[in-house]
Amino acid sequence: MEELVNLFHGFAVALQPFNIMVMIVGIVLGVLIGVLPGLGGANGVAILLPLTFSMPPTSAIIMLSCIYWGALFGGAITSILFNIPGEPWSVATTFDGYPMAQKGKAGEALTAAFTSSFVGALFAVIMITLVAPLVASFALQFGPAEKFAVYFLAFCSFVGLSKEPPFKTIAAMMIGFALAAVGLDSITGQLRLTFGITHLLNGFDFLIAVIGLFGIGEILLTMEEGLAFRGGNAKINLRVVVQTWKELPSYWVTSLRSCVIGCWMGITPAGATPASFMSYGIAKRVAKRGANFGKGEIEGVVAPETAAHAAGTAALLPMLSLGVPGSPTAAVLLGGLLIWGLQPGPMLFVEQKEFVWGLIASMYLGNIVGLLVVLTCVPVFAAILRVPFSIIAPLILVLCAIGAYSVHSSTFDVVLMLVFGVIGYLLKKCNYPLAPLVLAIVLGDKAEEAFRQSLLGSQGSLGVFFSNTLVSTIMVLGLVALFWSLIQQGYSRLRGGVHKPA
Amino acid sequence: MTTGSSSNAGPTHRLVEAGVTLLIALFGAIVIAGSLKAGINWGAEGPRAGFFPFYIGIFIVASSAINLWHGLRDGDDGLFAEWGQIRQVMSVVIPTAIYVGAMPFTGLYVASAVFIAWFMRWLGKYRWITVLAVALGMPIVTYFIFERWFLVPLPKGPIEEWLDL
Repeated sequence: MEELVNLFHGFAVALQPFNIMVMIVGIVLGVLIGVLPGLGGANGVAILLPLTFSMPPTSAIIMLSCIYWGALFGGAITSILFNIPGEPWSVATTFDGYPMAQKGKAGEALTAAFTSSFVGALFAVIMITLVAPLVASFALQFGPAEKFAVYFLAFCSFVGLSKEPPFKTIAAMMIGFALAAVGLDSITGQLRLTFGITHLLNGFDFLIAVIGLFGIGEILLTMEEGLAFRGGNAKINLRVVVQTWKELPSYWVTSLRSCVIGCWMGITPAGATPASFMSYGIAKRVAKRGANFGKGEIEGVVAPETAAHAAGTAALLPMLSLGVPGSPTAAVLLGGLLIWGLQPGPMLFVEQKEFVWGLIASMYLGNIVGLLVVLTCVPVFAAILRVPFSIIAPLILVLCAIGAYSVHSSTFDVVLMLVFGVIGYLLKKCNYPLAPLVLAIVLGDKAEEAFRQSLLGSQGSLGVFFSNTLVSTIMVLGLVALFWSLIQQGYSRLRGGVHKPA
Repeated sequence: MTTGSSSNAGPTHRLVEAGVTLLIALFGAIVIAGSLKAGINWGAEGPRAGFFPFYIGIFIVASSAINLWHGLRDGDDGLFAEWGQIRQVMSVVIPTAIYVGAMPFTGLYVASAVFIAWFMRWLGKYRWITVLAVALGMPIVTYFIFERWFLVPLPKGPIEEWLDL
């Protein structure tokens, strides 16, 4: 029960008045980020990261992770009230949330969404509390080959599980790896791929890439669509909340299933978006009133929201215990850890106990605070959404520029941000996934280091990745993930060509 | 890419996608060239600096080739975007480029104020009073949050120096 003691210490850290204040500020900022188009969780956290440079690391991570929780909550507000998903993971919430709002049941839909978000997150945090220390202590024995195998597994899951064409995922990922390789080679100390440009000596910072790809790219996409908000008023009063809460326990099966789906998809870096779709899809097939899904069924709000929030939270498990983030936002948080001088991964649980458990405790508290904030402040956030895009857009662009500049105090980075923005727009339009690109920039150096160190140990033989049971198992899992869609196809073909869709 | 003049015209998706794919392949080729320069073989202390990026470059070129083939074979014949939509996008990209380019000379605050004012007046058609309130308010709020409270210095130009901020 050492973990329980640690967790109580964590609560003591998280409950300091300054940290509670930071938590509330983080949640409010996060909901704003989730509500506004163009400011997603990943680039919102990236822009605000420089603000935390002067804070103690524990308070900083509490603030940033709370921004993340807030963004997860906020995505639901726009989906339900305006039929505009503020975040990709809340697309599935629009299917039943918006019809409910049109029927005048916006309050019920919002309460259901927030409560299920909370349940999903709570489930995932409990899982993190129980599992993360085990994974970390297990991962302490990892050598370079095992480390590389874990990265391999993470990136293969992207290829196998993402809905984009596999070779586009590979191309996007490899661009990320190449960008990460630019600059000083950490092993030989040699310069590479700089082509004599001094600005490139330190390589590409992934924060700039995140702000450009997700922030500017998203604004450009929104401009193209010529967005106009229209939607009803939202009122949540205590009666509606209590009524909805009375109804929700009857969906416990859906809830539990969505929690498990979310956790699984969050740990493997598939992320919250596919988790929410998958959970919605399964609920639609299994539920008694499945035929009514899409017409305003409360269960259709519960399923995707629970899964998205569980996945978003669970994405922090591999980030903390292995140093492999499960989502772009987790990657930005990992970048934050590096900037504060903390090395993510198994050693964190040994060397920085106060930090880790403070963070985990803040996940419990942050989600409680988040639930209270969103339930009480929905009308305020909905009002912000009525501010026209031609005011919001320049403000967001300026914020992105400030964020990009303050990472290294360099105006060149701001130019780079715009370049990344245009690239992000083009890639997104051409159906290239951006998440693997960002994750590859973050993990590129570490993956390369692990790869080269393992080869060094084996005199260049690739057999080192299959030299013992542990590393072989992880590598085989990676290969299974890589060829997952092919395996699925083969399996359904084996079961007989009769069911083959025309 | 310059076909048609009606309002529903625009570059086809297939064409743009092929262009993007070729650009990615070109990027891969640059990576390969850079890696060759850094050395891709086995040196005294193990694989040399270009070893890993070299294979990354190969992967980029190879997957782009497959993407190009897929794209041309069963690509999307629809429009990538209408010219009007592209104009909308460019009406953000070009001013932002000017804004970003001017920042080293004018500082962030002045450039931001002008940028926000332009955007609101030109694209949003707001009254000058609203425009000025937001365009001046945002940099002032930014100044207090970043420079004063969180001690993050932002780029300044001649006007800030004159005001001695």
